Amino acid sequence: MPDKTLTFTSIAALTLVISGGVLPQWAIFLVTVSLCYGTVVLGMILLARTGLVSFGHGLYYCLGAYSAGTSKLFWGISDLIFMLLTAIILTATISFALGFLLRKYRSIFFAMLSLAFSMILYGLLSKSSYLGSTDGFNVTTQTIFGYDFLDSGYARYIIFLITTFTAWLCCFLMHLYLKSNKGRLADAVKDNELRVEYLGASAAKIIHTNYVISAVLAGLGGALMAISIGHIDPEMSYWTTSGEFVFITIMAGTSSVLAPFFGSMLFTTVRSFAYEYSPDTWQLLLGTTMLIIIIFLPDGLWSLFTRKKKHRSV
Amino acid sequence: MLQVKKLCKTFGAVTAAENLNVNIDVNSTIGLIGSNGAGKTTFLNMITGYLSPDSGSIFFRDKNITGKPPRYITRQGVYRSFQIPQLFDSMTTEENLEISKSIAASEISIDGNQEAKVESKNQSVKEILEKFQLTEFQNQTASNLPEGTRKLLDIAMALIMGPNLLLLDEPTSGVAAEDKFKIMDMIMNVVETETTAIIFVEHDMEIIKKYTNRTLAFFNGKIIADGATKEVLSHPSVKANVLGLTSQDSKL
Ligand SMILES: Nc1ncnc2c1ncn2[C@@H]1O[C@H](COP(=O)(O)OP(=O)(O)OP(=O)(O)O)[C@@H](O)[C@H]1O
Ligand SMILES: [Mg+2]
Repeated sequence: MPDKTLTFTSIAALTLVISGGVLPQWAIFLVTVSLCYGTVVLGMILLARTGLVSFGHGLYYCLGAYSAGTSKLFWGISDLIFMLLTAIILTATISFALGFLLRKYRSIFFAMLSLAFSMILYGLLSKSSYLGSTDGFNVTTQTIFGYDFLDSGYARYIIFLITTFTAWLCCFLMHLYLKSNKGRLADAVKDNELRVEYLGASAAKIIHTNYVISAVLAGLGGALMAISIGHIDPEMSYWTTSGEFVFITIMAGTSSVLAPFFGSMLFTTVRSFAYEYSPDTWQLLLGTTMLIIIIFLPDGLWSLFTRKKKHRSV
Repeated sequence: MLQVKKLCKTFGAVTAAENLNVNIDVNSTIGLIGSNGAGKTTFLNMITGYLSPDSGSIFFRDKNITGKPPRYITRQGVYRSFQIPQLFDSMTTEENLEISKSIAASEISIDGNQEAKVESKNQSVKEILEKFQLTEFQNQTASNLPEGTRKLLDIAMALIMGPNLLLLDEPTSGVAAEDKFKIMDMIMNVVETETTAIIFVEHDMEIIKKYTNRTLAFFNGKIIADGATKEVLSHPSVKANVLGLTSQDSKL
C-alpha cells in the first residue's frame, strides 16, 4: 500500500512545479518563502518530537544563508548546487560541535543556550563591515551544475524548481526517518529518557543526531532563501526569526511532515497581507492566533486533519 | 556471574550500602527483603549503573562494570524493571514493546565496543504480549493503562530480549493480593527458559518462599543474612529486623 503522506507530498510538489510556470510573481514569492521556512520548521518538528524546543535555530538558518552568500567571496564559485553544499557542510559541522554541549541540556536551558549562540552570530555579523554589517548584502547565483543560467530568462523558474525539489526531498526523507527504528527513538527520548538508557541506547546521542539533522535543514532553508530572494542580512539570526520558527512549529503541530509546510504557507500568507493592509495589527494577530491554538488545538492545526481518525480508534 | 565486592554508598548521613559482598551464580532465583529504606533499591541502582558506589566493585561475567552508565550495563545483558513503572507514556502497549526490542536489537556500539551488543535471544512482541496477557491492551496508550498492567508492561519491556541477569524491583507491588502469584508465574514462565539469573525485591514472604531458592536480607544498608531462603527467614536477626517490622505493621 503506498504511503499516503508520501503520495500527497509528491503530488503537491508536482503541482507546484507545473503551476510555477503560470503563477504570478507575488504568489511564487510567497510559495518560495513558505518552502524555505517549511524546510527549517521540518527540522524543528524533529527536535520537538525529541522533546526539545530551540529558540535559536535562526543560527543555522543564517549560517546556511551566509555560507551560500559568501561562496563567491571565499571560493570564487557562485554555483547553486555548490552553494547548497557549503550550507550543508557548514551547518553540519557547527551543529555537530555545539551538539556536544547542547545535548547536556533540556527544556528552557536548551532553548536559551540555543538562543545565546544565535545572538552571538547576530552580534558578529552585525559588526563585520566586510559582510555588510546590519545591511547584509546581495547574493547572485550565476550557474547551476556549472551551466550559466542567470541570463537565460529561466533563472527564477529554475531556482523555484530547485527549492521545491529540495523541500520535497527533505520532507520525503524526514517522513521515512521518523518511521524508522532510529527515528522513532525521538518519541522515546521525549517520553522517558531513563527507560531509553535502560534499554541500552544513549539519549544524548539521539538528541545530538537529531539536532544536527535539524540544523542542516535550517541551513538548507536559509541557503535556499538567500538564493531565491537574493539578499541576506544578520536579521536571519535574530531571536525574532527563531521565534517565528517556534511559532510555526507550535501552530502547525508535529504529527506530520506536511504540517511545517502547511503552517509556513499560512504564516507567510497572513503576514504578507497583514503587512500590506494593516501593519499595526500584525503582532496582535500573531498573539491571538497563538492563544487560540494553544487553548483549542494543543496539537496544532494539523490535528484538525487527524482528529476524526483518532476518535474512531478510541 | 555477578560478583559484588565491598560495595559502599552513603547519601549524606544515610548509609544506604555498607560493605556489601555478594556472589550470584547462573540459574539462581534470589529474593531481596528488608524494611523500607533498607537499601534494596540502592543495591539494584548500583548494579545497573544508575548510581555509582562510593567504593567497592561490581563484576558481571568477569567484566568490571563498576560505575559504568546504565546503557553499557544493559548491553551486557543486565535488564531491570522499576519500582515505579518507566514506560513510554504516549505510545501504545505494543509500541512500547516494539521500541524496546528495536533499541535492544540495534547495533549501536558503546564506547566503540561492538561486542557489547546484546546477543538476541529473540522473543517476538506478539509472544510477549500473549505470555503476559497484554494482548487485549496492545492498542491502548500506556498512560491510560491500569496500574497493575503498567507494572506488567514495565517488566515485559525488561524481558523482551531475554536478559542474562534480570533485576526486578517489587514486581508485585500495587497488585491485588490474589493476583500476585499469577504475575510471578507469568514472569517465571518467561524467565526460566530465557534467562540465567533473576534477583527481585519483594515484601511478601509467601512470594519469597515460593519462588526463590536464596534470599538476601537488608537492614540499614547492610546484608544481615544471605543463604537458603528457609534459613534466612528463620534467622533471629531477620525475624527481629525484617519480619518483626512486618508483624508489628499488621498489628497496627
Ligand atoms: N538518591 C538518593 N538520595 C538521597 N538518599 C537516598 C537516595 N536513594 C536512596 N536514598 C536513601 O537511602 C536509603 C535506602 O533507600 P532504598 O531506596 O535503597 O531503600 P529500599 O530498601 O529500596 O526501600 P523501599 O522498600 O522503601 O523501596 C533510604 O534511607 C533512602 O532515603
Ligand atoms: Mg525500593
